[in-house]
Amino acid sequence: MPETLVPACQELEAAFREAWADQSFRDELDGLLADYAGRPSPITECHRLSAELGVRVLLKREDLNHTGSHKINNVLGQALLAKRMGKTRLVAETGAGQHGVASATAAALMGMECKVFMGEVDMERQALNVFRMRLLGAEVVPAMSGSRTLKDAVNEAMRDWVATVENTHYCLGSVMGPHPYPWMVREFHTVIGKESREQCAKLLDNEIPDVVTACVGGGSNAIGIFSGFADTTAELVGVEPAGGAAVGRGVPGVVHGMKSYLMQDEFGQVQEAHSISAGLDYPGVGPEHSHLSSIGRARYEQVTDDEVIAAFQLLSRTEGIIPALEPAHALAWISRDRAKLAGKTVLLNMSGRGDKDVGQMMEILG
Amino acid sequence: MSPTLAEEGLTIPDAPTEPGEFELSLRATRESGRKLLIAYVTGGLHDEWPDVVRAVADAGADAIEIGIPFSDPVMDGPIIQEASELALRDGASPVTVLDTLRTIDAGVPLAVMTYYNLAFHMGHERFASLMYEAGVRAAILPDLPLEEVGPWATAADPAGIETVMLAAPTAPDERLPRVVARSRGFVYAVGLLGVTGERDALAESSLVIARRLKAITDKPVLVGVGVSNGQQAAEVSQVADGCVIGSALMRRVVEGEGPAGAGAFIADVRAALDAS
Repeated sequence: MPETLVPACQELEAAFREAWADQSFRDELDGLLADYAGRPSPITECHRLSAELGVRVLLKREDLNHTGSHKINNVLGQALLAKRMGKTRLVAETGAGQHGVASATAAALMGMECKVFMGEVDMERQALNVFRMRLLGAEVVPAMSGSRTLKDAVNEAMRDWVATVENTHYCLGSVMGPHPYPWMVREFHTVIGKESREQCAKLLDNEIPDVVTACVGGGSNAIGIFSGFADTTAELVGVEPAGGAAVGRGVPGVVHGMKSYLMQDEFGQVQEAHSISAGLDYPGVGPEHSHLSSIGRARYEQVTDDEVIAAFQLLSRTEGIIPALEPAHALAWISRDRAKLAGKTVLLNMSGRGDKDVGQMMEILG
Repeated sequence: MSPTLAEEGLTIPDAPTEPGEFELSLRATRESGRKLLIAYVTGGLHDEWPDVVRAVADAGADAIEIGIPFSDPVMDGPIIQEASELALRDGASPVTVLDTLRTIDAGVPLAVMTYYNLAFHMGHERFASLMYEAGVRAAILPDLPLEEVGPWATAADPAGIETVMLAAPTAPDERLPRVVARSRGFVYAVGLLGVTGERDALAESSLVIARRLKAITDKPVLVGVGVSNGQQAAEVSQVADGCVIGSALMRRVVEGEGPAGAGAFIADVRAALDAS
């Protein structure tokens, strides 16, 4: 983390600590989550999918939130906090564009300026989200360096923040980066876990699912739903793309202000991730996932692009729900391991809807 | 609730009280009445980079910062990003750059500028000793802030590597003395809010940070980030002890001006500093 940003991170930590303990801030955020984002999100029981897989699958429907993904939970929290801190401008990175769209949305809602960095490669495969962000009044800037994907968008957002820190808040989109971000972003997403726990208590005979699963890029939607079940017997399974498996294939490293598992070469140069899903194309992972893995509380599986494409079609066909490619990773794991999971109840965080991916899938599926 | 950094028990060892070789050399030059000029050269960029190092030393740089290219240089602007990418594509690594450096007799003190993950990945002790064996006496790690410097400094101090700390315009008054106390070699004053790169004019903030630092330390204070030519170098050195020039030099190298062009540019900056 550059020295220039250390005072800003310290200021942010103090402001978040104070706001998070302030009932009026919590009430305002809860109000926005309910009346603007549409929370609580339901849990959908997947009857036809479950019959086909022999595994009882429940979906936590974060795809039904306003803007179409879980990202809005974090962004409303951070934008509200930024405003409270007197910042007038948000800068954000985005991979698939979901966090960028959510950031642009929150900025429009609160009358703030917004600049989103997005890898040039991702801008091509997620053109629809680029248009949405611009429609919402945000400036979208291509990250042209390195792999021209999410990692490089984070670099560009940090460089922007180094230059604009006096009036700008860096609205980071996952449970990564320097302290306090991994902690703060998790806190904003614990609403997913809390709701799920209550909903499962009503829905399930033994109140707790056998397995809770979610896709992991940086890991925010996974941390959000895991947080509701960390103190239970439920097995926690994060699913990474095979081409971007920081926990599965990385070693400890330090980049973007955090120490965590990171895909790197023999000298410590950060490697490029390769995945069908722009939102998971990140060679690192939030440090809490590294911790959960090293203490054995969660485990991390890998799936291939082909398995993801099949899962994308499977859910669309059996349940009438077109998933984003990111949560389709978690379903791909359930589908592949269905024999081991037979008879179990699995709660999957359906972190986003698939509209943004339809164009890309049209090309792949012909 | 998550712990604060302080609660995690990260300790910062005190810097040795005696200045190291790098700092002694800069102090001696300063005492001779000369303004200090450090030139930044990306290691491993084209086969000619050792000649670039020799050329800028001959042209009057008082020390040279060798950049070991990193995949994600977050404190660097477009020019040094490009230089780093090109060098990485040419196969540069910490090992190749330091191996080559052993063969360069530049005649001036050498520092390494790189990002912390390369040191962390190789292991602090090994990285520090490889640097020392290559003739390097100081290290600048712009993404390693004061709070996190402990494990690295614990290895670097006894290995004879002076860790230069960056002092940013955003630092509150209570923070600056702590940064300065931990800084060895010199104090790197960050001239502006932003990343490395050329600017049309010298930022007012570079004079402000230089003044704040000169008021609290006798260590050499050099301003870097946004110092782009001889005129700006002379202007900032009215307050600071000197400056670091990187992007303006590397642009010329990236554009193909070669060791001769690099040397001519540094000679111009030297002349401007000496005339001021």
